Formats: sequence, C-alpha cells, structure tokens
Amino acid sequence: MNLHEYQGKSILEKYGVAIQRGVVAETLEEAAAAYKKVQELSNNDVVVVKAQIHAGGRGKGGGVKLAKNADEAQEHAGNILGMMLKTPQTPGGLNGPGKLVQKILIAEDAYAPDFDACEEYYVSILMDREKKCNVIVYSTEGGMDIETVAEETPELVHKEWVDPALGLQGFQARKVAFNLGLSGAAFKNMTKFIAKLYTAFVESDASLFEINPCLKTADDRIVAVDCKVTLDNNALYRHKDLAEMRDVSEEDPTEVEAQSYGLNFVNLDGNVGCMVNGAGLAMATMDVIKLSGGEPANFLDVGGTADAARVEQAFRIILRDPKVEAILINIFGGIVRCDRVAQGVIDAYKNMGDEIQVPIIVRLQGTNADIAKKMIDESGLAVRSAILLQEAADLVADVLGK
Amino acid sequence: MSVLVHKDSKIIVQGFTGKEGTFHASQMIEYGTNVVGGVTPGKGGQEHLERPVFNTVAEAVEKAGADTSVIFVPPPFAADAIMEAAEAGIKVIICITEGIPVQDMVKVKDYIANRDCRLVGPNCPGVITPGEAKCGIMPGFIHNPGKIGIVSRSGTLTYEAGDQVTKVGMGQSTCIGIGGDPIVGTTTKEAVELLMNDPETEGIIMIGEIGGGMEAEAARYIKEHGTKPVVGFIAGQTAPEGRTMGHAGAIIGGKEDTAAAKMAIMEECGIHVVKSPAEIGATMAKALQG
Repeated sequence: MNLHEYQGKSILEKYGVAIQRGVVAETLEEAAAAYKKVQELSNNDVVVVKAQIHAGGRGKGGGVKLAKNADEAQEHAGNILGMMLKTPQTPGGLNGPGKLVQKILIAEDAYAPDFDACEEYYVSILMDREKKCNVIVYSTEGGMDIETVAEETPELVHKEWVDPALGLQGFQARKVAFNLGLSGAAFKNMTKFIAKLYTAFVESDASLFEINPCLKTADDRIVAVDCKVTLDNNALYRHKDLAEMRDVSEEDPTEVEAQSYGLNFVNLDGNVGCMVNGAGLAMATMDVIKLSGGEPANFLDVGGTADAARVEQAFRIILRDPKVEAILINIFGGIVRCDRVAQGVIDAYKNMGDEIQVPIIVRLQGTNADIAKKMIDESGLAVRSAILLQEAADLVADVLGK
Repeated sequence: MSVLVHKDSKIIVQGFTGKEGTFHASQMIEYGTNVVGGVTPGKGGQEHLERPVFNTVAEAVEKAGADTSVIFVPPPFAADAIMEAAEAGIKVIICITEGIPVQDMVKVKDYIANRDCRLVGPNCPGVITPGEAKCGIMPGFIHNPGKIGIVSRSGTLTYEAGDQVTKVGMGQSTCIGIGGDPIVGTTTKEAVELLMNDPETEGIIMIGEIGGGMEAEAARYIKEHGTKPVVGFIAGQTAPEGRTMGHAGAIIGGKEDTAAAKMAIMEECGIHVVKSPAEIGATMAKALQG
C-alpha cells in the first residue's frame, strides 16, 4: 500500500525523525489557514506548495511550487488543487491523462535561511530479496533519480545490510554518516536520523522508505524533505492505524471494486479480457493472449472458488472496459471441480443476457474437464470451449481474426 | 528416489484441526500419504482424522517420529509455526500459508539458517512425489509417477505443467512449489539442484515469473553443473512495470526482473525456454529425445 508524502511524514515524525513540517489542505480556505500555521511555526513567509498524489516526479509536472508570500501560496494552491498532474510516473507518463490532485501539502522552506549552504542526500530502506534482509541504500547524490545515479556513477551508491536478529548497530549508522562525508553536529544528527528511520521502517512493516532529498541544513540539521512510503499489505492486520491511511481515490476504481469481491484484478490496456484461477496461471494466460495476436486487457485471479456469483462479478468488471473484444476464461480445476465452474459460467451468462456482446472462450482443465466441456457445448450459448491450453490459444487467434 | 518427500516420510500437519488443515490433511491421507498426526496447541491428546493431535511439534517428533511438516496455520501465526518446527528438529518444513508479513519471513529465514532443515514456501502449493506422498494442496490425480522434476513459483501453473507432462506420456519424480513470496525458504536454484542430483529425475521443468533474481541464479547453476535437459518458462511477459501481479513477489522493480531478461539469461545458459506455457510438456518430450 502506497502512502501520500504527508502520511509518510507523520510516521517518521512519530519516531522522532526530523521532517520538513507542513499542513495538509483540500480547499483554498484550508490552504490559507495552513499557510498561516506554517508561516508561524517556521517563522518564514516562504513556503512550498506540494501536490499530494501517489506518484513521484511531481515537480516535473508543476505539482511543487515555491511561494514567497501568502498571495503566491494561495495562487499556487488554486492552480494545483484540482489539476490533472502529469509526471513520468502517472498513468501514461507525461503524455497521459495525469492524476487529479485532491490534496496539497503547504510545507516550510526547509532550505532557509541559506539555500547554498544546504546539501542534498539520498536515503532509502527496503528489503533485499537476494540477501533476505533489510538494506539501507544511500548516496551523496540527493534530489536526483537514484536509478540514474546507480547507472552513471555506481560508486556513489552505498548499501548497508542489517542483521535480521540484531537490528541496526551503531557502527552502521556511523558508517552511513561517514560515507556521506559528514562531520561534527551534522554527523551526529545523521546517525540519529538513520537509527530512528530504521526503527520506523521495521515497526511500521514498511516495504519501502525513500527519503529524497534528505537535507543537511546550514545549521547542520538533517531533515526529510520528501518521503515515499510503501507498506506491506500482508502486515496491515497488525497496524490498524496505518491501514486507515489507505486512499482509495488514488487507486483504479475498478480494481478497488474487484477487491471488495475478493477478486485480484489489475487493469491493462489490451483487447482480450481474461479470468483465471491462480496468479501464475493468470500471468501465463496473459502471455498466451499476446502470443495469439491479442493484448491482455487485464490480470484477474478469481481465486479458489469460481461459482456463478463470482464469475458474474468478474464478467461485469471485465466488460466495463469498452476495449475488450473477447474474453478468455482459463480455469485449472484441482480442488474446484470444472463442472461446477462450467455451471457458474452458464448461469452468469444467462443472468447477464444481452450484456455479453463479445465472444467468450472457456478453457476448463482438471477434475471433470470432459463433463464441463460437454455442458458448455450443449448449453446453446455463444461460448467456445477448449480443454488444452493450446486449443484455447488457437480459439483466441480465431476470434480476433489473426 | 525422488526428493524431499517419500512414502516413508513421517508427516505431520500444523494447523491440523482448522478448516484448511482438516480439508487438505484428509485429501493427503486419501492419497496415501503417511500422515502420522498433527499439531494444534491446546488440543493435544485428542484424535483427529483417526490420527493423534499434539500440543507441540516437539511432542509430535518425540512420540510419532515426525520428520516432515506441512503448515496450514493462518498468516499471523505462520512464522512462529515454521520456527517451532525447525527448533523441534523437523527436516522438511512445507509452509502453504499465503500472506505472511515480509519482515516476519526475514526473521524466519535468519532463524533457520543454521538449523538442519529445509523450508519450502511459504505461499506455495506444496511438494508432491506422485504415488508416494502429497504434501500440500495440489490435486493428486493430475500427477503420475515418472522421471520429470518440476520447480515452480506458482500453484495452478505447476498443475498445468504437471498435466502436460502426464498428457505427453511422462510422469513426475517430484513437483516442488517453491512459492510466490519475495522471501522463500527454498530458491529455484536450490530446488533445481535437488532434482539435478536425484538419480530418478531425467528432466527438469523450471517455471518462474517476473520479479527477483532466482531464475537467473538457477540458470547459472544449470550452465555450470547441469547434466539433464531443463525446460524453462517465465510467466508475466506482458506484465506492466511496478504492479504486483497477484503474488506478493511478482513485481517488476528493475530491468533484471522482467520476463524477457530472465528468458534471455536462461537461453544463454542452455535451458530450453518456451514462450508459450502451452508448449512446456511437448518441449520436454522433445528435449529428452535429444
């Protein structure tokens, strides 16, 4: 689960990690009040207005603006709130439709009073799949895209792996601060920053913390200016407060709805919808569609039960996409019996009547596959059936006229 | 011989009396698997599915001689169940549970690192040696005893491969579902290595998916030590970057995570890579004929 910058910062703050302070606003009135608060607590007229959406690169699309006074802040707030913000990470990239900005963060100018004396670093924490432990990735090259830094100057990207049983040790935090070239008060502050950040990461069951930029101010404080936080969905059951931070308006509405039915759905751009049991087989089925001359319109794992109600919900969700020209149902019946699934497909089809205007291909394999095929073939419905995966692939090619 | 589980394995089920545990344990028993009992804390001394229930894994090891455990414990308690099994001296721990927090698995992986046991999973269909032992949730009837070993990160896709192997007239030695999570007990390479060293296995099918570097690691091992034909497939050639595709571990993070990158490495290492999952069985049959 992804969090907004302001939500991520609230987690950091709880663990004593120094952040660029700010106040969230959803309307212009709130923005004006937020400006006053931020002006007061930072004792500075200058603020930054930051769009809150689940995508990086917000500055590139005009979603982050510096304001020298209340009027400018209000002007930027007016422009950013409600805009369709396009960044390299929003759907379709800079040429896509962008994402609606519903919230802004009015934040203090963390670089004041002396911008030129500030240094920007990069700090992130994530789980290293190869080494099976958490790793702190850090670099002196802050404020930039870390992938680019890693490609062009890999020697400037450092990693510190943390022992799962012992946790982060003092010498490790010091190593980070040394490698960033710090000394004196800034060195001490960075070791504290890293230690607290690591505790926050582990205790909130995060899968990613990315602080970029992580700022050293003129007076040697270390401050998280921006933060990207992703939480482990599997651990949300033990973090009710964090689970409440979910912002469904940032997610694809169809995917959210599918989830409420227990369907695992991901929207894609293609023309052939699919409905499959099991994630691996679902991905493989998408590949089959592509090899048959189509493009997958979605990923959909119906899970272990494929009864009529579920199949109908899945049909409705897939058919909402006007690009869909055909649907391939691919079920490998193990515990689920194929004849039950076939009955589900037939019932759903009958219930939906004229709503289904595209060809349906059903491939049922496993327990009672032959009975299931016979049921489909004798149902009189415009559904084509297959038992072997290759037969299903050929049928897809056939209906697409490839 | 086959690997990991055999007809003589002494198998227990953790989470024995729960809904999932009861259903799948009875299927395992029906298949002929040597299930010697189960563990449900607080229900020790009772009988379930005509087998003894123990309070602890240690008790099951002591009284029933258990050496293998299949875990159906819900996610909040699954990591604890794995560590209990390892501490009690279970040699093969197969964890079916889906949805264990990653940080829990980081700790588990570290805990079992220096213990004499092998963990398979979590978030996996389990391990089956056809005709001998079914330790997991896979349908028994699609498998036939034979010479092909299967390693896979996915459940139903493993069944698909197993079924194709059976349809082209070959059977399976052992099918190992290693699981779809970011951290798994047995990696693709380790599972392939087990099968490569198994005299009963003549060919290996390796099914991967997007995310992580396990397939590349296995491919390099095969290039170096491979003595049997290997057929490989990677699911998710059409998956978009940055999205989790059902399995928590199936997400393209970097260039090396894509299906195309993995398939290229596998091909370089001499693996018979198929683009379509429909061709797995036929390709294996051809590869064995040389």
